[in-house]
Amino acid sequence: MASLAPRRRTGASRERTATHEGFLAHRNYRWLKLSAALATLLIGLYLFVPLPGTHFGSSWLGYTLGTIGALLILWLTMLGVRKRAITPGRWSLKAWTSAHVYLGLLLIVVGTLHSGFAFGWNVHTLAWALMMLVIVSGMFGIWVYATLPRALSENRYDAEGAITEKQMVEAIRSLDRQIHDAAQPLDAENAVLVNRSLEEDPFAGTFWNRLTGRYPKDATRAAAGELRQRRAFLPRRADDPLDKVDALLTRKEAMLSRMRRHLKLKTWLQAWLYVHVPVTFALIAALSAHVVAVFFYW
Amino acid sequence: MSAASRAAQLGLDHVLLEKTDHLSDTIFKYQKGKHVMATPSQLILRSDQEFDAGKREDILEKWNARTAELGVNVKYDADVKAIRGTGEAIPGSIQKIVTRARDGSTTTKEIQRHAPPYAIELTNGETVMAETVVLAIGTQGNPNLMRCPGFDLPHVTYQLDDPTAILDEHIVVVGTGDAGIENARGLAEDPAQGNVVTILNRNPKSANVRESFATAKEPNAKALAEDDAAGKLTIRYETETKAIEPGWITLNTRDGEERIRCDRIIARIGSAPPRGFVEACGIEFASTDRLAFPTLSPQFESSAPGIFVIGALAGYPLIKHCMNQGYDVVEFIAGNRTLKPADEPLLEAKFAGLPGNRSVNDWLEFLRGRVTILEGMTTLQLREFMLDSDARFYRKGATVFEKNDPGSSLFAIADGSVHVRLDPNDASKVVPIPTGTIFGEVGLISGRRRGATIVAAEDCICVEISRNAALKLQSQVPSAKRAIERISIERQLLQMFGSGLVKEDVAEVVDKAKIVSVRAGDAIIKEGDDDKDIYVIRVGSMIVEKEVGGKPVFLSYLPAGSYVGEMALIDGGQRTATVRAAIKSEVIRIDGEAFSRVLSAKPALLERARKDMEVRRRTNAFVESKKDGFSGVVDLYSEQAKFLVSQGLGEATDVLLIDERLCVGCDNCEKACADSHDGLSRLDREAGKSFAHLHVPTSCRHCEHPHCMADCPPNAIQRGPDGEVRINDTCIGCGNCQRNCPYGVIRMDKVPPKKPGLLSWLFLGKGPGPGEPPYKWSKKNTKYTGDPAVDEALDRKKAIKCDMCAGIEGGPSCVRACPTGAAIRVSPDEFLTVARLENEGA
Repeated sequence: MASLAPRRRTGASRERTATHEGFLAHRNYRWLKLSAALATLLIGLYLFVPLPGTHFGSSWLGYTLGTIGALLILWLTMLGVRKRAITPGRWSLKAWTSAHVYLGLLLIVVGTLHSGFAFGWNVHTLAWALMMLVIVSGMFGIWVYATLPRALSENRYDAEGAITEKQMVEAIRSLDRQIHDAAQPLDAENAVLVNRSLEEDPFAGTFWNRLTGRYPKDATRAAAGELRQRRAFLPRRADDPLDKVDALLTRKEAMLSRMRRHLKLKTWLQAWLYVHVPVTFALIAALSAHVVAVFFYW
Repeated sequence: MSAASRAAQLGLDHVLLEKTDHLSDTIFKYQKGKHVMATPSQLILRSDQEFDAGKREDILEKWNARTAELGVNVKYDADVKAIRGTGEAIPGSIQKIVTRARDGSTTTKEIQRHAPPYAIELTNGETVMAETVVLAIGTQGNPNLMRCPGFDLPHVTYQLDDPTAILDEHIVVVGTGDAGIENARGLAEDPAQGNVVTILNRNPKSANVRESFATAKEPNAKALAEDDAAGKLTIRYETETKAIEPGWITLNTRDGEERIRCDRIIARIGSAPPRGFVEACGIEFASTDRLAFPTLSPQFESSAPGIFVIGALAGYPLIKHCMNQGYDVVEFIAGNRTLKPADEPLLEAKFAGLPGNRSVNDWLEFLRGRVTILEGMTTLQLREFMLDSDARFYRKGATVFEKNDPGSSLFAIADGSVHVRLDPNDASKVVPIPTGTIFGEVGLISGRRRGATIVAAEDCICVEISRNAALKLQSQVPSAKRAIERISIERQLLQMFGSGLVKEDVAEVVDKAKIVSVRAGDAIIKEGDDDKDIYVIRVGSMIVEKEVGGKPVFLSYLPAGSYVGEMALIDGGQRTATVRAAIKSEVIRIDGEAFSRVLSAKPALLERARKDMEVRRRTNAFVESKKDGFSGVVDLYSEQAKFLVSQGLGEATDVLLIDERLCVGCDNCEKACADSHDGLSRLDREAGKSFAHLHVPTSCRHCEHPHCMADCPPNAIQRGPDGEVRINDTCIGCGNCQRNCPYGVIRMDKVPPKKPGLLSWLFLGKGPGPGEPPYKWSKKNTKYTGDPAVDEALDRKKAIKCDMCAGIEGGPSCVRACPTGAAIRVSPDEFLTVARLENEGA
């Protein structure tokens, strides 16, 4: 054990980058360039190679496009596996995303050309339509990914630095405790109002509420509004417990709306996947039907 | 206790003095049910008492039973006040005690040592006489006492056992560390107890609790501030105690004196190490260093004849060491001179692979005789030193380490010699390092990667000294510290300027050079000053700033190993920029005059310095030109750099940075982290600070001089082969590293059970899916066996932190798994460059 020093390095290699480069700009737009070149090539072939007018799909170019398209769809679906399988190796999910985005867009050209613009009410056109739906939802996803993160980040800042979702929930809980203590001297009627705010689950609300960030039936705002109204008719007192409750409710409202803005942005960042992914599976089913139908019944 | 047990077994006349009314107070004070570890596991236990890893209660029960069985004579509640020799004065044996006052002045007191027997005075007035004394008091020390008048009144206390037992009292808690806060909150928690609790804080109130409660953990401080806001208790800021009298306390506040009711004072104001007491016994410490240990013989005998020091106070914090030493010391006192220390087999194994076939003692003598820096060590120190170090044998031509290898150990050559390779491609350009000297000191001091490749010039034997052992060596042996410093200055200069310089050229410079430590934020060079000295950054890092348009603008980041200040020397004139420390740093100040003589003697060197200077000039000019064009861009760049430095980038070697303009919050980084490491994520993406869309999440920065390493009892935190700071399996879960980390990146948790594979989750819905499993799932799926030993291991919490995915092909999983490219891991010198300015300028 004493004679030789252990190996100095584990031998594992690592890619080093010193700057933040987004998935769209990955490697100086490598996949964008590749996809654009392929799209141009395919459109050129389609326009200038003489082929039979009907049943384009069964020509050599049609078959080629169809095979490329089907394999591409399956490969694009594999992003879901790649994202979750954290295996060793020099892969980067960013590179995969970049390729996924640009090759996915290329699929518009591949799939549409493959159709030979022969659309009808059949399983073939269904497959094409589903594919387009997936791609459009994906384009929406790109837009969301490109624009919302800044807002998400800004919403988390305050004078003391960034706060996390967990801290927002904790802050609301702590305000609730303080409101609970401060509301002890209130009379029964007011206490019921305050209690409604305390019983409100900060995560409650429908998907629609989340998406819009609007909560018209919010108990905290209602309670604060009602209390203020009632107090307007009461004589002023120096040490009014209502004052304290009012101030605390206002703080809670601010924190709640901040958290809701956070949830709204997060929902937008995720919601499109609820279209993108299930429709992908529908697409694969329709695609299988299309392939089977073509080979057996054409 | 182990010593007393041995004495009882040998039938020696003995007494075990216990400060409290029970045995083993340190372990007694552990929280209930705490698992006590028995490390180092390879060390054999030699004691009449049993000791194995297990629950606190079980261990205490066994010890109590065994102590009774052996008939150990225990004296409880015996708090020792002083130990003094009652025999004749020992001629020429005078103990000098140096005390340092707050203002930095020192006073020296001399004590004449007296021969045994010793009179041991207890606080209750009794005196115990003893021929020999074994001190095993640890380093915990006594609580600091209050200093205002009335501090000795009975209602001034220093601990609180049961907060619920105190009713209807006015209580003042002094000290806002964790202990004080917990006490105050405990007393005020239940309003039914009717306590009026006031806690005094010397600091002013601030919106940021970390500022007003600097010594407490953040959640504790926050909870306290909340309780204050809710009116449960009162925090008095900027307040200190002036005087105490029964029922009342007078406070010094910002607005003058104030007298309030007070039935009880709980002072939690830290504790003092027991050094004062130990020195007063006539025991000499190795140095004035705060961390120094007493000077001991190989048999643990201190400089006061007949007083032996063992355990944590002797530098061995682990229980097993201490028990072995207790046994050994009593054997020695009883006349057994041939007993070999318990670490003998460990040392034998260390030397086993070396040629020459010597015994352990011969090897130790060989090393001490050959290696200059080890000369001043005692055998005991050397033995312990070797436990932390390795003796290695290199054949001629073998590579010891390569340039840019990470490594913080120091090498000493005991036999043979090595070559430093100057040119990686040309094996003939070398500088020899002879027997007896050291190499590798740059890695040790700066914490950076190796600066050069070292190859064995002939068959040679080297001692690889781990960072901890090297630091201990420097604190124990002042001559070694000086030798290492001198060599390191000399080498640093030679390496930095290269160009055919030899030792003799820089001798004058080295003689005049001074090591200066700089606090974070302090400037070593100020823009517009007239001095001419050159500074070499030895530890830490610096930032260069220049005043442009009335605002300081960040110019560049200088890591350890770079030099600064040459412009004024070469070109003359005033300093063109300010250089300040990014973190606590050490610089070598080189006399400008002496250095300019070297420069004029060596034109090649001057040429090189000019070239370096040219590069810096261009950077500065670039930044300034940008400042004219896009003022906002430079400001942002400058502010961002300052933010990063404030987040600890100045001491980082590899830090995770997230661009919040790209981060979609999918947490795939955390999931990937958990899936690459036993199902526990070592980073918290959302937590941490951000500035201008740059987010520094809670994740290890792999500091140059890791704070977490500072106090790890089993020495489980090491720098790994890829430069990562990692915690190995010997972790005992004490949580010291978690407390020491200023960035909060270490978590204590137990390892969840293994999850089913990804495919069975995807297709069959088995298991919790990617990422860290929820607590409930882990709890349900932990396969308890019913065997307490195994179950304990399953439930044991260990310290967990980022290991940079060392050894995993492809590098950090968090970065690889980021779908948008928001997450990168970089070193500060890669990131804090002007190249950013161009990217940001777009």
